[in-house]
Amino acid sequence: MGSLVKIFPIKHRDFIHAGKPSIEIKNILKTLNTPREIIRRVAVCGYEGEMNVVMHARNGQIRLELSNTMIIIKITDKGPGIPDIDQAMEKGFSTALDEFREMGFGAGMGLPNMKKNADRFEIRSTPEKGTTVRMEFATGER
Amino acid sequence: MQLTEIAMILDARFLVGKEFASKEVFKVGSSDLMSDILAADSDGSLILTGLATQQIVRTASVAGVTAIILIRGKVPSQEVIDLAREENLPLLTTSLSMFVSSGRLYKHELTGLDGRR
Repeated sequence: MGSLVKIFPIKHRDFIHAGKPSIEIKNILKTLNTPREIIRRVAVCGYEGEMNVVMHARNGQIRLELSNTMIIIKITDKGPGIPDIDQAMEKGFSTALDEFREMGFGAGMGLPNMKKNADRFEIRSTPEKGTTVRMEFATGER
Repeated sequence: MQLTEIAMILDARFLVGKEFASKEVFKVGSSDLMSDILAADSDGSLILTGLATQQIVRTASVAGVTAIILIRGKVPSQEVIDLAREENLPLLTTSLSMFVSSGRLYKHELTGLDGRR
């Protein structure tokens, strides 16, 4: 199989559609007979990333790339950026508004959970510009 | 334990997904925090929650949750029910509280998401 790329837009505060791209990604991986355990990790990471963009950034996108040996999820946003990434990676640290917490989000678990579930996790952020999270998931030869 | 048996224990009714009543779950998570469900080993589990939003259905779908039971008699909007149907996710509602629902299931040998009791 060659490389497949799909890009889904993410809109700030769009809680109605948030999560749809990750479910679509899950369905794509299912049709490719990806092991369930890998699908779950990819979908959870994508969803956590989507919610971060919906809650904290202005707009962004989630990009799925499938190569012969891995799945790459890249979430890019235009937003305020993260001033202190080490702090943001701490479990429980959150700057989410109360209205997001009332919906069950914003507990400061997202980034650590993404790091835990991805085989490789990279985050880069520029204040006032935005944030990029790139995650790799090894699949072995397809 | 089959969903149909769990529904009896909790006096719960199916809002959608009755065709999956014979599906089995052995671990249960009680939470209003999506982050907890996403961070835990919730694959194949039952979730008890007081949140009746579209996001609970999407969270359950990405996390591989088997079924959701809404507590305290919550009935979600039609959009939430439609979404659950689309995701093939059984959605039930019980008038019991989170505490009593959890207690009844615990008594019937079900475990937490990490398998502990």
